[in-house]
Amino acid sequence: MTASIGAPPGVSPGTPGSRTPRTPSTAGGVAIRAEGLRKAYAGQPALDGFDLEVPRGTVHGLLGPNGAGKTTAVRILSTLLRADAGRVEVAGYDVARHPAEVRMRIGLLGQHASVDEVLDGRQNLEMFGRLYHLPPRAARARAAELLERFGLADTGTKPVSGYSGGMRRRLDLAAAMILAPQVMFLDEPTTGLDPRARTEVWEAVRSLVAGGTTVLLTTQYLEEADRLAEAITVVDHGRVIARGTPDALKARLGGDRIDVVVAEDAELPAATAVLERLSGTAAEVDAAQRRIGVPVRDRVAALTAIAAGLREAGVDAVDIALRRPTLDEVFMDLTGSRTPPAEAANAAGAADAADAATEAGTAEPAAASTARSDREAHT
Amino acid sequence: MTAPTTALPSTAPPPPTPGGSFVPPALPDSRAARLRWAATDSWTLTRRTLMHWARQPGTLVLALLFPVMIVLMFGYLFGGQMDVPGGGDYREFLMPGMFAMTMVFGIETTFAAVSTDAARGVTDRFRSMPISPSAVVVGRCTADLLNSLVGLAVMVACGRAVGWSWHDGLLRALGAFGLFLLLRFALLWIGIYLGLAAKGPESLVAIQVLVWPLGFLSNTYASPETMPGWLGAIAEWNPLSATVGAARELFGNPGWGGDSFAARHAVELAVAWPVLITLVFFPLAVRRYNRLSR
Repeated sequence: MTASIGAPPGVSPGTPGSRTPRTPSTAGGVAIRAEGLRKAYAGQPALDGFDLEVPRGTVHGLLGPNGAGKTTAVRILSTLLRADAGRVEVAGYDVARHPAEVRMRIGLLGQHASVDEVLDGRQNLEMFGRLYHLPPRAARARAAELLERFGLADTGTKPVSGYSGGMRRRLDLAAAMILAPQVMFLDEPTTGLDPRARTEVWEAVRSLVAGGTTVLLTTQYLEEADRLAEAITVVDHGRVIARGTPDALKARLGGDRIDVVVAEDAELPAATAVLERLSGTAAEVDAAQRRIGVPVRDRVAALTAIAAGLREAGVDAVDIALRRPTLDEVFMDLTGSRTPPAEAANAAGAADAADAATEAGTAEPAAASTARSDREAHT
Repeated sequence: MTAPTTALPSTAPPPPTPGGSFVPPALPDSRAARLRWAATDSWTLTRRTLMHWARQPGTLVLALLFPVMIVLMFGYLFGGQMDVPGGGDYREFLMPGMFAMTMVFGIETTFAAVSTDAARGVTDRFRSMPISPSAVVVGRCTADLLNSLVGLAVMVACGRAVGWSWHDGLLRALGAFGLFLLLRFALLWIGIYLGLAAKGPESLVAIQVLVWPLGFLSNTYASPETMPGWLGAIAEWNPLSATVGAARELFGNPGWGGDSFAARHAVELAVAWPVLITLVFFPLAVRRYNRLSR
């Protein structure tokens, strides 16, 4: 296969000297830098002093409940929205002062697959290639190359309206990659996709990063951030409330957890008593799953003690598992009792399309905001 | 986890330039280069619409045949009952109105295209790309005017088939066609403005509700003199009526005469109305577009 991430054919590197007034800042290895971003809608703050720094060549996850300001942040970083205050540099250029230079170097994957539904995949990619000012021949070659790379080469002249959700998303990603962008923004790239399509998109993101692209990813699925992102920023009410590697964030909760699943509902109270006695803390009980969980410190000792304790109490455990806390648990801990994003997404289908100001700061269930999401997706 | 059947390479070759920085095509740095970019982008986006026609010829043909159907309906179904003021053939009277109606229906085309792109995020994708800012609008404008030209051609053929013709020379006829396109150009900005303001293409029904009274409350099908006074006044001052009246004059087709100011100055009004509409809705559409980044 030919160089897929690299420069599209027919594009010769420009001479940076001829554009001296717009030379990028020499800000070391930072691909995205945002400082003190503020944005309000009708007086309601959506971003309230948001900071972000993403090193070049890494995947950064942006997490937060619905209305936390994630989409607003991505729209400002990708030149679609003007910030009320603050400074943004993407790929070395100031977003407010040199939006065109930034646009040359970024790719954006919005929440909707924003490709032409009537045209086929090749026509879409050629059109976007032409709009990136590739010569016609180069645009054709690049389109063919990207179709091949994203497993869409055999779609022929089928219009995009006949594509599956995963295919559409891959075409969307291909269109965003025509110029091999230095920075790629992915706003909930897998929301609404089935598990297989999700895996396909993850693969595509990984190969993007392997080619040197920096990725900023917002997602409803913490598992997705856990798998893809090297570092995570958690946003709430338009502010950063935590940042670090997924492991470091999990370590904040301290220690590990033991989950026990019992065979009969009747055994739940006895088993709960054993776990609470041995761990010295209140247990989390999921009656429907017949699952009891407790945090533990001394891992193996706790595991053997609990196993023995359960046997003494005559409880039949179907499953005993020692595990690290999940990112979901970290998220719940950080943002209080609010709905974890993955559940919200399940309830609402496609939630958080908007980060609308009215949503920011309220804990309304995601379902209530879905009706507005389409309308506000492009405000 | 098993790999998807459409396997993607897990690694890709590094970019050609060191440090992971790809040098994109240089941005235009002179006025001439910027103009060239704008022209290329506009043409690319115009071609997009032409490709839509090629891919969905059925939709195009239906849209083109719709006015033909109205001509047949009014020309033959109701036409027998119609008395043209001052005598004359009803279909000769009807055709200039039908040309103008075709232009008015164009609002729906513009609206549907603009609102679909906005709702699907295509407009945002364009805005995140280094496209000349005017190209999105110029491309739309060119495509829709081309669409109207085709529509006019179909209607001319239809008109000739039902016995309509121009009688005062080709030059005056071309003037009338120019007035139709001017009207279409003005309505374009209403379509773009409404398309950007609407929630999505679903609002098309609301646009149709607006378009139909504009089309029928005019001198297209009947003389305003036959309507109740207030209704007649509205029909007489309808921008559409000005274009239709002027076209009847230029084609030498029977008109409804009348002695009002609007009737006596049809050609002037047929220029003034579209200019006024453009003066109002062009800035509104631009403002709406710029507000997308607020």
